[in-house]
Amino acid sequence: MENKEMKKTGVSQMFRSLLSRQIFIPIAALLLLAVFNLVTDPSFYKITFGYNSAGDPVLSGYLMTILDYGSELAILAIGMTLVTAATGGQDISVGAAIAISGSVVLRVLCGTNSRPETLQAPIIVAFLISCVVAMMFGAFNGVLVAYFRIQPMVATLILFTAGRSIAAWINNNELPIISEPSFGYFGGFIPGIPVPTPFFIAAACMAVTALLLRFTNLGLYTQAVGINENSSRLNGLNPAFIKFLTFVLLGLCVAVAGLIKVSRLSSINYSVIAKDIEMDAILAVALGGNALSGGKFNMAASILGAYVIQFLTTTLYKFNVQSDALSAYKAVVVIVLVVLSTPVVREWLSALWKNVSRGQQGKEAA
Amino acid sequence: MSESKQSAGKKSSGAGIGSKIANMTDTNLLLTITVVVFFAMYIGAIVFQGKGFLKPQTFFNILNANAALIIASCGMSLVMITGGIDISVGGVAALVSMCCAVFLDFHDGSVFMAAVIALAIGLAFGAVQGFLVAYLEIQPFIVTLAGMFFARGMTTIVNTNPFNVENPEFVAVKETRIIVPGFGSVNKLGNYVNAYIEIGVLVAIVTVIVLFAVLRWTKLGRGFYAVGGNSQSALMLGINVKKTKFLSHLLCGLLAGIGGFVYFMHVGSGSASHASGMEMNAIASSIIGGTMLTGGVGNIIGTFFGVLSLSTIQNIVSSAGLDQAWWTGITIAAMLCLFLVIQSVVMARKKMALRAKV
Amino acid sequence: MRENAILEMRNIHKSFPGVRALQGVDFTLCEGEIHALMGENGAGKSTLIKVLTGVYGKDEGQIFLKGMEKAAMIRSPQDAQRLGISTVYQEITLCPNLSVAENMYIGRTSGFCQNWKKMNEDADKILTSLDIPAKASQQLASCSIAVQQMVAIARAVDMDCKVLILDEPTSSLDEQEVEKLFGLMRDLKARGVGIIFVTHFLDQVYEVCDKITVLRDGKLVGEYEIETLPRVQLVSKMLGKELDDMSDIRDESLVYEQKNGEAPVFEAEGLVSNAGIKPFDFYINKGEVNGFTGLLGSGRSECVRAIFGADRVLGGTMKKNGNVVKITKPIDAMRNGIAYLPEDRKRDGIVGDLSVRENIILALQVLKGFFKPFTKAEANQFAEEYIKLLGIKTASADTPIKSLSGGNQQKAILARWLLTHPEYLILDEPTRGIDVGTKIDIQKLVLKLASEGMSVTFISSETDEMLRTCSRLIVMRDRKVVGGLSGQDLTQSKIMSTIAGGEKE
Repeated sequence: MENKEMKKTGVSQMFRSLLSRQIFIPIAALLLLAVFNLVTDPSFYKITFGYNSAGDPVLSGYLMTILDYGSELAILAIGMTLVTAATGGQDISVGAAIAISGSVVLRVLCGTNSRPETLQAPIIVAFLISCVVAMMFGAFNGVLVAYFRIQPMVATLILFTAGRSIAAWINNNELPIISEPSFGYFGGFIPGIPVPTPFFIAAACMAVTALLLRFTNLGLYTQAVGINENSSRLNGLNPAFIKFLTFVLLGLCVAVAGLIKVSRLSSINYSVIAKDIEMDAILAVALGGNALSGGKFNMAASILGAYVIQFLTTTLYKFNVQSDALSAYKAVVVIVLVVLSTPVVREWLSALWKNVSRGQQGKEAA
Repeated sequence: MSESKQSAGKKSSGAGIGSKIANMTDTNLLLTITVVVFFAMYIGAIVFQGKGFLKPQTFFNILNANAALIIASCGMSLVMITGGIDISVGGVAALVSMCCAVFLDFHDGSVFMAAVIALAIGLAFGAVQGFLVAYLEIQPFIVTLAGMFFARGMTTIVNTNPFNVENPEFVAVKETRIIVPGFGSVNKLGNYVNAYIEIGVLVAIVTVIVLFAVLRWTKLGRGFYAVGGNSQSALMLGINVKKTKFLSHLLCGLLAGIGGFVYFMHVGSGSASHASGMEMNAIASSIIGGTMLTGGVGNIIGTFFGVLSLSTIQNIVSSAGLDQAWWTGITIAAMLCLFLVIQSVVMARKKMALRAKV
Repeated sequence: MRENAILEMRNIHKSFPGVRALQGVDFTLCEGEIHALMGENGAGKSTLIKVLTGVYGKDEGQIFLKGMEKAAMIRSPQDAQRLGISTVYQEITLCPNLSVAENMYIGRTSGFCQNWKKMNEDADKILTSLDIPAKASQQLASCSIAVQQMVAIARAVDMDCKVLILDEPTSSLDEQEVEKLFGLMRDLKARGVGIIFVTHFLDQVYEVCDKITVLRDGKLVGEYEIETLPRVQLVSKMLGKELDDMSDIRDESLVYEQKNGEAPVFEAEGLVSNAGIKPFDFYINKGEVNGFTGLLGSGRSECVRAIFGADRVLGGTMKKNGNVVKITKPIDAMRNGIAYLPEDRKRDGIVGDLSVRENIILALQVLKGFFKPFTKAEANQFAEEYIKLLGIKTASADTPIKSLSGGNQQKAILARWLLTHPEYLILDEPTRGIDVGTKIDIQKLVLKLASEGMSVTFISSETDEMLRTCSRLIVMRDRKVVGGLSGQDLTQSKIMSTIAGGEKE
């Protein structure tokens, strides 16, 4: 009896400490979705091995789709988390910036001809140039935020409005198509490897981020600046530069995501590419339990948040929800998750848990 | 008329800028900048773009096309003054137009009932979002983002395909033209044509006046400013911060509903892609009109001029022959950028002037 | 209820996660009395006040007000206001974007509409009667901090309150303004208002108060008539132990022996910043403790901020150990072995959400560089060492610094700078708003550091602290250095006359 009680308090304590942990939110959301899928249709988790039209071995199944299509979001979530932490605001121009950087890649690869027989430049050169361009646009946002002290959402509204127009202008409003198959590897499969390439790219980005956070002070500096700019300055930091830096880093993430996006289609559609992805990226950060007002952050939780969103999207597609109507369901789920994670509701929940366990104990005693 | 106003504006801001600017409230300072820039721009358009801008109808057409945006922007300014943001207004407008279209054409509803539906949808969005923001303390950006997703998705669920409304009663209302006495121009055939506005413009103007009065002369309105200025202090000063925040979102939702209906009366069709980007245009207009996203500073008259400035520049761009689609986006962005930088520089200089005074 | 009591709080309990802030506290306020609420930081004064004003809900206990049968329900600041309880907080709790008049009337007038004309007239009347140099229509942000504080007081006074709470209202006021406030308090007292006065300044307590209630560690120590409680006893009740004689601390210390011909550790000539101070000259020797003194707003902080590069330096030359150096931003000063503990701990000092450990290592980490983070073990070692050395009371090094009490936060910030092993340490109001025990600890530490060869500039609003620690004082008036005092001249009266000197000329 005594033993049982001790066990019980141990469990409820664990539950409560888990409840207060930041990473609880995305994990709980993921579990919820996973269980839901398991109950409604276990075949959701089936992964099949087969060959694609080019005769290469590929793994397919809903889980692979999540890993594949969650990549861009996870990569963006990395940069978005840093920007959020340092500036207490969000960059809403990432979708438009992806259009620009994707457009740059195609422009460099195609030259003046929109249907080239051969690539006009090596892919790596195109990618590097798009990195530079994306980082320049990141720097533009960064300058407005850090040096002109404009709120991030407003400052990035500029590029949000103009980005897709600029992307169209870069290619003279033409829609170049690349026939070279090796360009498709980045968004598809490398022959012989059955796992989609974007997953590896995302994993590489995460690894680089982990190293960056481990072997530099990026984490400490961005959090310090986000929490208290004045005191950061008096401790020898340059808050403006750090804010600027986070935007440039986000620019880099945008370029990587842009490459994957254009590689998937081997082409571009300026008004559709990466549409609404800024909203998903911000949601990923919020789902990770990070305060959108800046300060402390948990990178792993953000990345997990990104995959949770992709999980949700994939689940909805599986239920044959129209792509246009998708957003309504997504919104409901997101609101439920966010409501569950608010301190008010969480306090209420843990009080409820207490009552339940107390009631059970009372019953047992009786 | 516009010329005399402009010079007056210049005079008031020009006389002893140093001392005057430092003593102006932030709200009035930003408003002055906006009004001066708008008139300068319009006169610039008349001078460089030719006679088209001299015709009263050109101006009234700007109003006709943007009545919905004016209304939505007013709501946006309201939440921004309170320190929040609402990016669901475009989605709500689309949902309203689709629901009204379905109601009128598939269910033979009356225009009056359609308007009631529009208001109800707006109020529902406002109430739910306001509750989540004010009482559960969720960040307004997240809440209204979800609101936008929900509204857009619901629009498709209500009816997938866009269609034109043919309900005769509605078409009659939609086609109603209100003659503006005293304005008009001689057309190519030599006939005098009166300038006109649509019903929506009247609604927009009434909205602007009512909201201006609310913000200036009611306790509630001043509460919005107080909460936006410093919500913690506002609480200590005895203002019901939660209720104030809730009301700001409720009003913004209601205005999004009204704006949606006005939009619907202007375009006369239902479509999921209606009012796309309206939220961003509304935010841009509010900012150009001198509302600061940090809260506590802003003015409805400024917002009105913000919308006019935004659409005037669009007109200038298209009449300059740069009608390729991307130019609009780029010019709006450039203008927004310009205003943000002006605001940031002016506020910084004002802060310095104050510091020197102390 | 006690006779002529207007407020009685009984058996108040309040807990926060991990802290029992109030444990069964009683408090009684009578009509027409000024009642001091005393206690160290973390004793529960602010919590008690916030429970009374409805900012926090209480876990247990009852609040009775005069003329009410049942216990009063105070759930929000509005409830408190309606019941005639008005409050002036230490931090300005007004809206900077509204006008002065609006700040005085918002949230407490009935009706739907706002009558601007009447409001401005009324406000102007009150402002004139209280001698506050502000116009009713002015935007509040354009007033100085002291004037803003006076406006907050004017608002509370005008509210026809029965209970007025003043939570450290004097920390941003100069002496004349404090006098004016005291006059006002006596007026209200004569009208029968009960006033709760929270302050760290003992002089002020003995000047205006009738009764003292002392709290310690969330518990009630006792309620005393002012005449029956001498200062020393008050302090010992607050600390919970007999106080070692404060005047002794200087004697305990060794004095660093100056070598002849050594260049000053730091020297500045014609230094001027954009914060509106007149150019000034300055030097400090090795092992010396000097200080800037002057009234609030005389430019004390601005001088040291210029030395540290915290404000933009517009001109002047600086020398470090005789060599010319260029300091334009804080990192330059840090690289030259200068450390600066800022005046406003909350705004400029702590990084609230970060842990105590991260707060302690921050400055040294920045000096070490972006690409060379400390390992967890190193950081822990540093943090543990200084937590022990300075006696920082914290649950662990992982605790967010914002959950520490003011005094312990200050110690952590001090630890941050000591960790960089500076040659020259600037302390700007290190003892403001912290408890008496920590104040003495910090003063002792300053003398000890100086005896080991560190140069220290010490700034404090409390002259006796300066006299106890500094061997040389630089006197400021109206943003200008007007004199220096050392040796025999270091007396209270001499300082006063130098500060006030201008009027005689």
